[in-house]
Amino acid sequence: MSDTVIKHTSVTALTMVAFALIGTALLAYVFNITREPIEKSEAEARLALFRQILPDDHYYGDPKSKDDDSLLNNVVDIAPNDLLGNKTPSKAYIAKQDHKFAAVILEAIAHDGYSGDIKLLIAIRADGTVSGVRVLTHKETPGLGDYIDIAHGNWIKLFDNESVEKTPAEQWKVKKDGGKFDYMVGATITPRAVVKAVAKALQFYQQNQLLLQQTQIESSPSGLESGHKD
Amino acid sequence: MSNYKEITVNALWKQNPGVVQLLGLCPTLAVTTTAVNGISLGLATALVMAASNGTVSPVRKLVPSEIRVPVFILIIAALVSIIDMSINAFAHPLHKVLGIFIPLIVVNCIVLARVESFAAKNTFVPSILDGFMMGIGLTLVLGLLGGMREVIGKGTLFSGLDLVFGPEAKHFVLTVIPDYHGFLLAVLPPGAFLGLGTLIALRNWAEVRNAKKADTPDNSLKPVLNH
Repeated sequence: MSDTVIKHTSVTALTMVAFALIGTALLAYVFNITREPIEKSEAEARLALFRQILPDDHYYGDPKSKDDDSLLNNVVDIAPNDLLGNKTPSKAYIAKQDHKFAAVILEAIAHDGYSGDIKLLIAIRADGTVSGVRVLTHKETPGLGDYIDIAHGNWIKLFDNESVEKTPAEQWKVKKDGGKFDYMVGATITPRAVVKAVAKALQFYQQNQLLLQQTQIESSPSGLESGHKD
Repeated sequence: MSNYKEITVNALWKQNPGVVQLLGLCPTLAVTTTAVNGISLGLATALVMAASNGTVSPVRKLVPSEIRVPVFILIIAALVSIIDMSINAFAHPLHKVLGIFIPLIVVNCIVLARVESFAAKNTFVPSILDGFMMGIGLTLVLGLLGGMREVIGKGTLFSGLDLVFGPEAKHFVLTVIPDYHGFLLAVLPPGAFLGLGTLIALRNWAEVRNAKKADTPDNSLKPVLNH
């Protein structure tokens, strides 16, 4: 009697294990073969967003020539930083005009969205004004919180030409919290997180602008580390 | 053949997941702010349901009944992740549109419900058909609900079509009510409940009316068969 019970239990357990193994193996395989195409298409999408927030063509000069001002040649690694919300090193893309710092594109992550992280690209000009903000990836509710994405609305353009001088710190909030930024009724958590992330990125720029502007980047795109603040 | 027809009629009308089984309401209510959103989520669900029913049906005899639910969940979760990654890698523009809906499908209980109640008892081809048709049945409801909420809430129809078919599709966006200032209630979650309630009521009304029509002439001749 107990033999059949043990036999039945082990068969059941082994079946479960077998399905788990097959499932894991399949997932690992698909993850591996899709990783490269996904990275490639994400890089293309990223470049398209760069052009939206920093439209001047000469920032995107020939990446093959070594000493041009292309921001693709001037990439700096930024160590994990509370103001940018990155937990792994992130990249800053420095655009130059006549070999002088003209603007920087920072990657910032908001962890306090409605669902999952919101990854932002924020372009800041040398004078500290925002040239543009775009959402790189997000998992906000379709039809509710997704209006932060340029594909679903122009809300994100509210940040164009904003700066810390123009808008005092206590105004960097959605209107519901007493700030100056509009939001859509029914989805407040998402814009709240984005506004906070942009404000913090501007703060980061203020604290680190000298470092960013002085950085002389060698031809290696991995570059040196800067902007590290303890 | 009549078997396939029955599956289709069941999925689209008699057991429609959206208005009869009332399964998978969480994404149904959240996403249907526009017709395009609703239809996109519906089609993605149909794809996942056909695939999950088709995967579970061949292995149904290998799975002891005590662990069938965890195994089915494992299969569905793995499958959805694989579909998500594959679309992202090989059809990136499509992923931009549907990508955000796919994680919503994992938690949609209609997928598990059809696997458990149909694919676990039936053969391969009918299972795939059942999954796909149930998805289409859901698409109909999501599209209708999205369309209703969009017209009432924003005065347009098919806005966002350009995200699916490229910028030229912008011309197909219909402005049903010009100079409309919007009716926020329809776009907010309560609008989804009211809209779905209306659809359920309409379907029940049509059902009762059909049943009466079918009943009257036959009543005197033979006993009524309840399905």
